[in-house]
Amino acid sequence: MTSGGTVAPERTEEVDVSESVDPDRPWVTIVWNDPINLMSYVTYVFCKLFGYSKDKATKLMLDVHQKGRATVSSGSREQMEHDVSRLHAAGLWATLRQD
Amino acid sequence: MASVKRRGGHVVATLQAEEAQLLRLLAADLRALLAADEPDSAEPLGSLTDPLQSLTDPLQSLTGVAEEAPKPPTDPALARLLPDGYAEDFPDDGAAAAELRRLTEGDIRAAKNTAADAMLASLPESGGRIRLSEEEATAWAAALNDLRLVLGTRLDVTEETEPFGGRSPDDPAAAPYAIYHWLTGLQDDVINALSY
Repeated sequence: MTSGGTVAPERTEEVDVSESVDPDRPWVTIVWNDPINLMSYVTYVFCKLFGYSKDKATKLMLDVHQKGRATVSSGSREQMEHDVSRLHAAGLWATLRQD
Repeated sequence: MASVKRRGGHVVATLQAEEAQLLRLLAADLRALLAADEPDSAEPLGSLTDPLQSLTDPLQSLTGVAEEAPKPPTDPALARLLPDGYAEDFPDDGAAAAELRRLTEGDIRAAKNTAADAMLASLPESGGRIRLSEEEATAWAAALNDLRLVLGTRLDVTEETEPFGGRSPDDPAAAPYAIYHWLTGLQDDVINALSY
């Protein structure tokens, strides 16, 4: 992500995204960091799409920026597919997986 | 230079004519990029050679759902606009990503076209003081983001990319970086003028 002004150092972490399918575990939507999306825009999209407060949206945005990714919603597989497609329509990089 | 301010219930963008024309060109390019790689356009003779095609195409245009899963775009910029919904390591050899793409790619393309069209419709070639409704300004934020995703992917930008791509400002190769940087500032200004 980028700030539109000052450039913050990027931090990355190794993440284990291996998984197996279990019908009882919830599904989650993950937003990944990328070098183009603005921090202000990502916060805005979280507020608009999910109805999150500016504080919550900002915290999630900072998680994406600093940790490389954040879980932004959870629920049924169908709901998460819907969230991922809305995030893609907005230009964010998102995937879903079983938690 | 462009400026964007909130004025009561509206967002007011002030652009020079050159800026407005540049933005219109970029938005038209985005429309062309989204249209050129439409799954439908891959086989233009489909309706003549396959009688079923003419029945399924109208259905697809109504529902946005493709009969067969479109392939992920090969152009990196378009692939960035239309990414897979499942990570590569999801353990089903890409079947879920292909199915999600079949169900949703048409709608995602349509949303991006709608935002680009809304920006074009509210952006006079002469620029000037442009009064935008909240809805129009929202479309600008999304369309400007898509323009930056395309240009930024083409330029392979990182979070450290400098305004002129590390080049001298008079170097012709610096121009696309300067345009990218200008779009970044404009999008940030539009977002800051939105209420949310």
